[in-house]
Amino acid sequence: MTAPPKGQPVVQFAGVSKTFADVKAVDNVSFDIHKGEFFSLLGPSGCGKTTTLRLLAGFEEPDEDGGEVRLLGQVVNKKRPYERRVAMVFQNYALFPHLTVAKNVSFGLEQRKTPKAEIGDRVRRALEMVRLKPDVFSGRLPSQLSGGQRQRVALARALVLEPAILLLDEPLGAIDLKLRKEMQLELKALNKQLGTTFIYVTHDQEEALTMSDRIAVMDNARVAQLGTPAEIYENPRTAFVAKFIGESNFFEGRVAERSNGQWVIRQANGQCFQVPNHPSLTEGREVRIAVRPEWMDVCGPDAVPPGENALAGVIREIIYLGETMHVIVTVPDAGDVTVAVRNEGQLIKPLQWKRGDPAAVAWLPEDCQVLEEA
Amino acid sequence: MATLRQRALDWIYRRPEAQAWALLGPGAFWLLAFFLVPILIMFVYSVMPRGIYGGVDRGFTLEHYARFFDPLYLEVLERTFLWSIACTVICLLLGYPVAYVIVRAGRWRNLLLFLVILPFWTSFLVRTFAMIFLMRDTGLINNWLLKLGIIDQSLTILYTPFAVMIGLVYGFLPFMVLPIYASLEKLDLSLLEAAEVLGARPSARFRRVTLPLSMPGVVAGCLLVFIPALGSFLTSDLLGGAKEMMIGNLVQNQFSAARNWPFGSAASFIVMALVLAAVMIYLRVKDQTPGGSALK
Repeated sequence: MTAPPKGQPVVQFAGVSKTFADVKAVDNVSFDIHKGEFFSLLGPSGCGKTTTLRLLAGFEEPDEDGGEVRLLGQVVNKKRPYERRVAMVFQNYALFPHLTVAKNVSFGLEQRKTPKAEIGDRVRRALEMVRLKPDVFSGRLPSQLSGGQRQRVALARALVLEPAILLLDEPLGAIDLKLRKEMQLELKALNKQLGTTFIYVTHDQEEALTMSDRIAVMDNARVAQLGTPAEIYENPRTAFVAKFIGESNFFEGRVAERSNGQWVIRQANGQCFQVPNHPSLTEGREVRIAVRPEWMDVCGPDAVPPGENALAGVIREIIYLGETMHVIVTVPDAGDVTVAVRNEGQLIKPLQWKRGDPAAVAWLPEDCQVLEEA
Repeated sequence: MATLRQRALDWIYRRPEAQAWALLGPGAFWLLAFFLVPILIMFVYSVMPRGIYGGVDRGFTLEHYARFFDPLYLEVLERTFLWSIACTVICLLLGYPVAYVIVRAGRWRNLLLFLVILPFWTSFLVRTFAMIFLMRDTGLINNWLLKLGIIDQSLTILYTPFAVMIGLVYGFLPFMVLPIYASLEKLDLSLLEAAEVLGARPSARFRRVTLPLSMPGVVAGCLLVFIPALGSFLTSDLLGGAKEMMIGNLVQNQFSAARNWPFGSAASFIVMALVLAAVMIYLRVKDQTPGGSALK
C-alpha cells in the first residue's frame, strides 16, 4: 500500500448522508482524518456514529446523492469491504468460533494471498504485539478465552494486516473497568508506535478524551463539534456537547451591556454575571452559558472574591465521591448548581459546609463557556 | 392432605437426582415399553426357527442371519444404500440453498418456513398416491408434455428408480431444510462482516465461515434424511413397482405376505447394525474435517 502524499487526508467524508427507510442515520457529515491520527466518533446511541464507521468499512453505501467517502484519496462509495483494505475490530469481537486463535489471525493474510512462509511469522508477531504468548494461545479456540483475551485476538487479527486505517467499534465496551483503562493506554500506544490511523467509535466520553487526538461529537446524525479533547471539553459549541462531555451547569440570560471588554448577562431573576467577549454576543440576545463544576467554588454569601461571578443560594446536598465532593446549591429561579470541590480528606480537614447552609457559588468570568446554540 | 403433599414436594426439591428421575420417568417408560421391549422380542424371534403356520417354534438358530447373505438380498441391500445416499445428497444440494434463502428472506421468512412444513398437513400415503397421478403414463406430466408437443409418446416415469428417487427426495426434503435453516439462522452476521472486511469475497466467505458454521445443521439434516430413507418402503412400493424393492419392502413382505417373521426380524437387525455403523463412520469423518470437531 502506497503512503498518501503528506498532508493529504487518509479519510475524507464529504457531505455524506445515509438514509434507512426515511430515517437519516447520517446527515451531511464532513470531516478529514489525517495519517496516524487517533480519531474518535463520540455520541449517544442512535447518533449515527456506528453508521459512519460502517460507511467507512463498506458495509453501508451512502445515499445516491449522499456525498463522497474517500479512502487514501479514492472515492470508495461503491467499493465492497474486501476491496477497501481497511481493518476493523468489532464490538463483540466477531472471532470465528470454529477457528483457533492462530487461524483467526491468519484469516485475513490468507484471503489477501500472503505467501505461506510469511504467515506464521506475522501471526506470531501480531500476537506478541497484543501481548498474547503465541505458544500458549495459538491453538486455543475463542470459546477457551476470557473477554480480554478475545479482545486482544480481535485486535491482532486486524493489526496483522498492517492496515493504513483501523476501525474500532466500541471494542472495550464488554470488558471490566480496570482492564479497559489498561487497554485504552495500550491502544493509544499502538497507534503512535505503528503510525496506523485509528478511527474509534465510542459512547464513553472519558474513553474518547483519554485516547483521541481529535473527537467528532455526533448528535442526531450530524457532527455537533469536531476538535481536540481540550477544545471540546473546554469550549463546547452547543449545550448538547457541554452536557454529553463532562458535567456542566447552565445559565440563561439576556446580553445587557459591555464593560471592560466583558459582557454582562442579566438573568430572568435580575441577578447578573459577566462573560468574556465572544463573537456570537450582541446586545439584547438571549444566550446560554455553561460552567464546569470544577471551575466553580462555594463561598459564604458575603465572601465572594472580588471580580468573580456569584449566585446566592442554599446548599441542598453534599455528595462524597472520593477524589472530589459535589456540593449542590439551589439558586432561586436558576435551579441546582453543582460545584466540584477537591476532597482534602474529610476526616482530617472536613468541608466547612453542611446541608441547609446559605452559600454562594462563585466563578471567574473567563470560565464561562458561551454556547452558540441553545 | 396439604402437609403430606408439601412434604413430598420438599423432599423432591431437595434432591436434584430425584427431580431428574421424575422428569425422565414418563418418557423413559414410554421408550422402554414401546421401543426397547419390541426390539428385544424381535431379536429373540430372529434367532428362533420359523413356525410352519407363521410365528416361531422353540429352539435356537442363526439360519435367518445366514440366509440374508444370499446375493438376491445383498442386491436389495446395496440398492437401498445407494438410493438412500443419492437421496441424501440430492436433498442436501436442493435443501441448503432453500434454507439459505429463507434465512435471508426478511419478512417472508415465516411464510416460506410455513410452506416448507405445509406438506406435513396431509398424510404421506395420500401425497405419494397423488404422485402416481402425476407420473403415470396417462398422468399430468405426460399429458402436458404431449400437449405442448415436446414428446410424441408417453414417457415411462412411474415404476422406475427415477420415480422412487423423485418420491424420496420430495418426502425428505423438509428434514434437510429445517435443521440447516436452524443453524444458519443462529449464524452471527457480524462474523460474515468480519470475514468480508478481512478480504474474503462472497465465495471465500461462504466456504470458510458460513458452511463450516452451518455444519451441525448439515449433519443433522443428512442423518434425518439418510436413516428414514434407508427404512422407507412406502415410496418404493407405490412408485417403484415390484422389481426394484428396497430393504424396507423386503422386511415388510416377510412380516406380511411371506409370514416369515424370524427372517424379517433378522433382516431388520442387520440393517440396524449397518445404519449404526454408517452413522458412526459418517460422524467420525465429519469430526476429522477441519473445523468440524470445533463445533459443539
